[in-house]
Amino acid sequence: MKEFLEGSRAIAEVVKLCKPGVISAYPITPQTHIVEELASMVANGELSAQFVNVESEHSAASVVLGAQATGVRTFTATSSQGLFYMMEVLFNIAGMRLPLVLTCANRAISAPINIWNDQQDSISLRDSGWIQLYAENIQESADLHLIAYRLSEDKSIMLPTMVCMDGFILTHGMEAVDMPKQEEVDKFLPPYKPLYKLDTAEPLSMGLLADPDYYMETRFAIQETFKSLLKAIPQVNAEFKGVFGRDYGDGLVEEYYTKDAQKVIVAMGSVCGTIKEVVDAQRAKGKKVGLLKVISYRPFPYARVYDILKDVPRVAVLDKAVSLGAYAPLAVEVKAAFSGKQKAPRVVSSFVAGLGGRDITLESIKEIFLKLTQKEASLEFIDLKPELLTEEYGQ
Amino acid sequence: MDNKILFKPGHTACAGCAQSLAARLVIEAAGSNTIIANNTGCLEVFSTKFPDSAWNVPWIHSLFENCAAVASGIEAALIYLGKKDATNVIAQAGDGGTADIGLQALSGMLERGHDILYICYDNEAYMNTGVQRSGLTPFYTNTTTSPISARFPGNLRPKKPMPEIANAHGIPYVATASAGFPQDIQRKVKKALSIKGPKYMQIHVPCPLGWRHESGQTLAVAKLAVETGLYPLIEYENGKLSGARKFAQLKPVEEYLKAQGRFKHLLGDPESIKQIQAIADNNILKYNLKAEAQKSD
Repeated sequence: MKEFLEGSRAIAEVVKLCKPGVISAYPITPQTHIVEELASMVANGELSAQFVNVESEHSAASVVLGAQATGVRTFTATSSQGLFYMMEVLFNIAGMRLPLVLTCANRAISAPINIWNDQQDSISLRDSGWIQLYAENIQESADLHLIAYRLSEDKSIMLPTMVCMDGFILTHGMEAVDMPKQEEVDKFLPPYKPLYKLDTAEPLSMGLLADPDYYMETRFAIQETFKSLLKAIPQVNAEFKGVFGRDYGDGLVEEYYTKDAQKVIVAMGSVCGTIKEVVDAQRAKGKKVGLLKVISYRPFPYARVYDILKDVPRVAVLDKAVSLGAYAPLAVEVKAAFSGKQKAPRVVSSFVAGLGGRDITLESIKEIFLKLTQKEASLEFIDLKPELLTEEYGQ
Repeated sequence: MDNKILFKPGHTACAGCAQSLAARLVIEAAGSNTIIANNTGCLEVFSTKFPDSAWNVPWIHSLFENCAAVASGIEAALIYLGKKDATNVIAQAGDGGTADIGLQALSGMLERGHDILYICYDNEAYMNTGVQRSGLTPFYTNTTTSPISARFPGNLRPKKPMPEIANAHGIPYVATASAGFPQDIQRKVKKALSIKGPKYMQIHVPCPLGWRHESGQTLAVAKLAVETGLYPLIEYENGKLSGARKFAQLKPVEEYLKAQGRFKHLLGDPESIKQIQAIADNNILKYNLKAEAQKSD
């Protein structure tokens, strides 16, 4: 049955169905509604978890690290500066192979301080060893949490997952959501059984010092696991469909009118909904345009991107983040997918849009399709206000 | 006490390291039903170099500053699993990991009321990285980042009052201890673990490398710190000072200072020694460290 829910409420409901034993969080806009909902579920007895209110995101991540190491399923959520403040703990969690799940309510990074949406926060954590999944809408945000727990806790994976949902757009937006039933969730997600845990009956040491004789292999092992995730994610996505009747492409990417397309935009997150609307309108006029939605940014599905786009003449990559001084983060990966290959699009143009919450409208997307000409656009910012640049720096 | 050895020999601590001695005393007093969260630092490095571990209890190291938060998560998980009453949780760190970079996480742990014993092994500088000054480095100490010169007599600030800071959180038990008084350490650990809630213990642990004394002098130096009044052994219970180790005769601080290379520059400087004596005298008054003379009849 579908319920009309705020995104944050939907996430809290689905996390409750996953039965975490320990939740810890520190408030930051726009993550707050998620953890407020969970706190009230714990307070009124709907959810039998320990909710630990901490003094910082660094400690929130450390609390769930400690709890997960003790053998309990955990949950935390954050945004922006909070994610950055967690950063060293997040690398630590991945290195310790603890299968946590974290919601990142995507938000811009200071300075200037800005509470609105872009994806600079999670993108900047791309090298942390966390699986990163990006959601298009509230339904997908909720469903990706189920997939995240299932993937992370798989004995052959044992890596944490960050579910990235655009702040405000998805956390505070409302949508009719098909909430899973507890029996379905229990069928899809078995109780958490850790490989190793802190247990006085079987003492072991975790987090040891690895000198140059041992360190490299730990990183190599994670890299190998990411390779295996390129198979595991589609498998779990298919199993998800078996239980819940929904799926998201192959779990790695979702194709939208890409088969015969002359122009395709590659993007991640909620903007894909806007792009689909433009694609529908242009297809109705007979224009062969499409969308390639990247769900899994880590691992990045190079082979899938290559197969889907190799015969598309013109590709635009839309980034909601930058890597200042270099190509945009998603564009880099898409371009790399064709490196050393036989086939490639004639043009792979790179556009940056929506930073700090600037609306990406239907017009913005139409503009990208228009600018996708034979001349490759490199790092072109969409919807810039040149008059502001003049005022600030021109004189 | 358990028959099992809970902190095994063969680790790589320096000869005369008081931290390794104190860590063994702590875990032996706590027993095998204990989980430890350890900050980065000497203790972590010398006891858990892969593939070896000196620990025979569940032990976890995450980062430099977060053992109090990791321990909070362990405690929350044990409550969820219904195992907390049967398990002690200890968070432990050095002085830098406690008083400087780990202070926020520690304060959070104390304020939230977790049932955890936090232990600060205080060797009064960042020894693991090469004797840099910390917030618990004493007045006028020569360290690599508070070096002496014609203009500076070493570290210019007194020790951060960590026991008082912990006590100000309204926690049920705070104590200081010293490697020079091993039975006192174990008595205090057992007492702390018998009390529910957050507990803070700070143990003075000489470091021959950083303090520049002979390895064989560790316990003698530790004792002198206490016997001069520079490191008073005190206890707070429910916010009130409930105990202090008293001495009939307190020794002059010069005896403690001259035993260590880190204070060598002060020895020809009576004015500096007078300033350090004033710190000890203040402790003697504040904590009433002087034993009453026994009545003659």
